[in-house]
Amino acid sequence: MSKFRKKRGKTVPAISTASLPDIIFILLFFFMVVTVLKNSDLKIDVVVPDATELQKLEKKSLVSYLYIGTPKERYRDKFGSAPRLQLNDAFATVDDIPLFLEKEKLKIQEQLQPLMTASLRVDKEVTMGIVQDVKTKLRKTGQLKVNYSAKPRSKDL
Amino acid sequence: MPKERPEINASSMADIAFLLLIFFLVTTTIDVDKGITVKLPPWSDEPPETQKLKTRNVYSVLVNANDELLVRGEPMMVRDLKENAKVFIINPQRLENMSESPKNAIISLKNDRGTSYGSYLAVYNELKAAYNEIWDEKAQELHGSTYEDLPFDKKKELRGNIPLVISEAEPTDFGD
Repeated sequence: MSKFRKKRGKTVPAISTASLPDIIFILLFFFMVVTVLKNSDLKIDVVVPDATELQKLEKKSLVSYLYIGTPKERYRDKFGSAPRLQLNDAFATVDDIPLFLEKEKLKIQEQLQPLMTASLRVDKEVTMGIVQDVKTKLRKTGQLKVNYSAKPRSKDL
Repeated sequence: MPKERPEINASSMADIAFLLLIFFLVTTTIDVDKGITVKLPPWSDEPPETQKLKTRNVYSVLVNANDELLVRGEPMMVRDLKENAKVFIINPQRLENMSESPKNAIISLKNDRGTSYGSYLAVYNELKAAYNEIWDEKAQELHGSTYEDLPFDKKKELRGNIPLVISEAEPTDFGD
């Protein structure tokens, strides 16, 4: 009998899990803060080029995104494989840009509207033709602040 | 005397928090949005006035439909572009065929419609890098700090003395 009693005395006390929710909450808050909800479903493949002279886009709310790339595999039948422009969730043409920008502008406060930046997320394989058309349209619309989206790369080529 | 209330069981709190945590984990895209910021020139319907520029002040860069680089009529590799542009802008030896002063230097960038965006941006990046390095060197020389650390007005003054002028001509229609 005494054999059993001895063993029981040595059992390790259960680890208190009372602080577990707090730890999880800290993690949760971290992810909540850094999260950017994916705002549009891309129908095109976009692999942005690399560059070194990058600037961060500070205010996310002041940025409108224009995507240019080749349509994804499942849209090829319908839209072909020529590079296309995508605004929000749909394929668009260059002529849709002014309306798109106007809608984006309405989302932000009036005094901040001149600070709006158009971020061009363009696939690196795309030819400059369509990019040029978009740029020309942006100039005509008066949206002159443009950011060519790119990934950081180390200094040497 | 108040009724004795049973304590609320908080053991499911962790589960709820986990659920939320997993949701945010899945939806998170920690992608910092970075890129090269440019200011496009405003559009005008009239063709721009043809300014008489001295050839020595113009650094013409052409990226053709085969993604080949031509700088002032000479083929060049992209990796040599930055150093070459820096020499052109500063012109340390006061050569006759390079810019009179950094203030007068103008970079003219031209591409075809068939140029790939990747190589266009690589070239643009190098040109911008050239200016960033010049600004950095000047800032070290004048104020003893990097360009990034200068106060706003000093930055502006520096940029005024060595302005970044990249003029982009309408592309030619090759290879679209």
